[in-house]
Amino acid sequence: MARTSSSKENAQALFHSLRSAYAATPVNLKIIDLYVGFAVFTALIQVLSLIFRNPFSLPHFYYLEDPQVVYMASVGSFPFNSFLSGVLSCVGTAVLAVCLRIQVNKENKEFKDLPPERAFADFVLCNLVLHLVIMNFLG
Amino acid sequence: MATMPASASDLLKSFKLKTKQQELLIRVSILCLVYILAFITRLFSVLRYESMIHEFDPYFNYRTTLYLTENGFYDFWNWFDYESWYPLGRIVGGTLYPGLMVTAVLIYRILRFLRFAVHIREVCVLTAPFFASNTTLVAYFFGKEIWDSGAGLVAAILIAICPGYISRSVAGSYDNEGVAIFALLFTFYVFVKAVNTGSLAWSLVSAFGYFYMVSAWGGYVFIINLIPLYVLVFYFLDWVKHMLSDTKLFQAFLRITVTCAVAVGGIALGLGMVSGYISPWTGRFYSLLDPTYAKDHIPIIASVSEHQPTAWSSFMFDFHILLFLFPAGLYFCFKRLSDATIFIVMYGLTSMYFAGVMVRLILVATPAVCLISAIAVSATVKNLTVLLRSKNKVVQTGSTKRSGGSQSSSKALLDQSQPFQKNGAIALLFGAFYLLSRYATHCTWVTSEAYSSPSIVLAARGAHGNRVIFDDYREAYFWLRQNTPQDAKVMSWWDYGYQITAMGNRTVIVDNNTWNNTHIATVGRAMSSYEDEAIEIIRSLDVDYVLVVFGGVTGYSSDDINKFLWMVRIGGGVFPVIKEPDYLVNGEYRVDKGAAPKMLNCLMYKLCYYRFGEMMTEYGKPPGYDRARGVEIGNKDVKLEHLEEAFTTSNWIVRIYRVKPPNNRCEI
Repeated sequence: MARTSSSKENAQALFHSLRSAYAATPVNLKIIDLYVGFAVFTALIQVLSLIFRNPFSLPHFYYLEDPQVVYMASVGSFPFNSFLSGVLSCVGTAVLAVCLRIQVNKENKEFKDLPPERAFADFVLCNLVLHLVIMNFLG
Repeated sequence: MATMPASASDLLKSFKLKTKQQELLIRVSILCLVYILAFITRLFSVLRYESMIHEFDPYFNYRTTLYLTENGFYDFWNWFDYESWYPLGRIVGGTLYPGLMVTAVLIYRILRFLRFAVHIREVCVLTAPFFASNTTLVAYFFGKEIWDSGAGLVAAILIAICPGYISRSVAGSYDNEGVAIFALLFTFYVFVKAVNTGSLAWSLVSAFGYFYMVSAWGGYVFIINLIPLYVLVFYFLDWVKHMLSDTKLFQAFLRITVTCAVAVGGIALGLGMVSGYISPWTGRFYSLLDPTYAKDHIPIIASVSEHQPTAWSSFMFDFHILLFLFPAGLYFCFKRLSDATIFIVMYGLTSMYFAGVMVRLILVATPAVCLISAIAVSATVKNLTVLLRSKNKVVQTGSTKRSGGSQSSSKALLDQSQPFQKNGAIALLFGAFYLLSRYATHCTWVTSEAYSSPSIVLAARGAHGNRVIFDDYREAYFWLRQNTPQDAKVMSWWDYGYQITAMGNRTVIVDNNTWNNTHIATVGRAMSSYEDEAIEIIRSLDVDYVLVVFGGVTGYSSDDINKFLWMVRIGGGVFPVIKEPDYLVNGEYRVDKGAAPKMLNCLMYKLCYYRFGEMMTEYGKPPGYDRARGVEIGNKDVKLEHLEEAFTTSNWIVRIYRVKPPNNRCEI
């Protein structure tokens, strides 16, 4: 009994310390965190929608029973490009936002003399190139 | 008169620069000399023969570049080539790496814009040496990033003449690797710079460098696998560092996260592979993990000589002293472990593993080996000269250099106990310079003897020591170009396909792209069958001319008879009617009287040895003596029923046969 309660207390202590530490972060970092969360959430939705897509809810076309077509419809080699580009653009912009957060955070000693405007400009430029590539890959 | 020496000494004083400027002058002049050296050491074959494209693959690249200059980028990107793989054709636009061609055409357009009237062939021939020179510059900056500018200079010098790189980038070797190694090193350099500075702008440049690499060569897989591996190792090392000095809470958190991530990743990968979502690797890359895979399953990959596992002699030939400087450099890297040195160590170790599996990949390992060896050389020389210098300083009892204060005093203590330290240092320095000079001699010799032959023009020494040139290949291709109808189709082994389309300008059945194994096996089957069966296959493919390469008169050993067993294996892999033991006698491959009867009557034998039985090739030997195999051939009386001889080159190296139209049906 003492063991489980101590581990539960441990978990609660962990949770509380994390929460209080997070509440103390400045607002701009929280905005970036929100953006990262949104991007990851979008990526997750796309991945789940690919896995749990139900082919039998489509109207009954006979050619769909052709094994070749069924295979292509379930893996989707043509829409696969779009799926990949959707997921990768979300993940890519999340990664770039994490980089921005690291560079803008005043508590990081390594990036002390990097002006936050420069960090933001880098972020915007990299996002531009990323989305240019994604647009090309969309097919 | 007294003013003269004064003005002279004034002149000298005006030249005397500060130390930093002297250093800069030395560095820049060394880099300029290295740039020029890297270019001119690759020009042996241009000086000996002429400015032409070498080997087989570059002819395809040259043909596509020609097409690009004449027809523009849109047509090039959508080009469907009906002149190769006869009934099938080939989608060129979608199956090649355009980086090399686009680069060459860009350079060509720039030169034309500046009113230099160059031909595209000159640009193609000299593209690889130009990019090799650029690689030396990138190697300098990379070395500077990893260690210091001294190591950078040594790296530039080493990579300028290293035979492993020269082998694929001589003038005339217009192949993807010439440009790709520059792109590879550039991408790695910019990546390490991004890691060191932490700025996103540099990582953007590395993304563009990687894009150029992907457009240039299939070896981009190496980059995209090495970088995530590096990140993983880096984080692992960081985590180990953290773990040694942190609270229990943080440790527990990390442990849980890492275990969960690894478990989830492993389960996902396993599910993916089992259910077929993640497709297994293709044959060529799979053989890197399992070197015996290709030999058992895919004879075409196994037959390419460049894909064989590497022998130690190849390593010594291509690296010379770098082979033992490499472990020394690894030692130095581990002594001063930083982000950049972890990267170069990983690059070196992984590329050396792959270089051991496949001869062709020595090229990828060369930059890593040169950089790490440069660290060893630079660190050693630096330590030795510090010893020399500090001894001088103590003797002068004068000013001390920046950090030399404590050093010279400690050295002073040492000096009294080891009076011969300075002599030892001088001896070691001389030893190091001797080794480096031997390296330079070896590299130049290797370049001159082994890696500068165009393969399409052969040279030999005559009886009086004079040089004899065999230009038979080009003779035969130009005969094809000028004496056959425009839509003639030529059947030959796949090695010569690119050259026939580029120089002979005729349609071929199979070429070096080897994308369709069954088509190649059909040709192999035709070559290994009796003439009656072969003519069926030949007529079904609409072939007009058959081309074989024969080295019996000149002693040329890379001819079709020596490659014949591969034809049998590849043909037999698809058509079980062709069995390899039929052509061997007691497991031995022979063409003389004791050869297997199927061997003595197959189409390849007949085409190669037609009329050869009457030929005197060497003094004192009977007629029909095959100089490449060193035996008298078994079947001298070769009669052809469905083919007739069209052309044989002056040294009998290339022989072309015309397919006779079918006989008139006899009337009753």
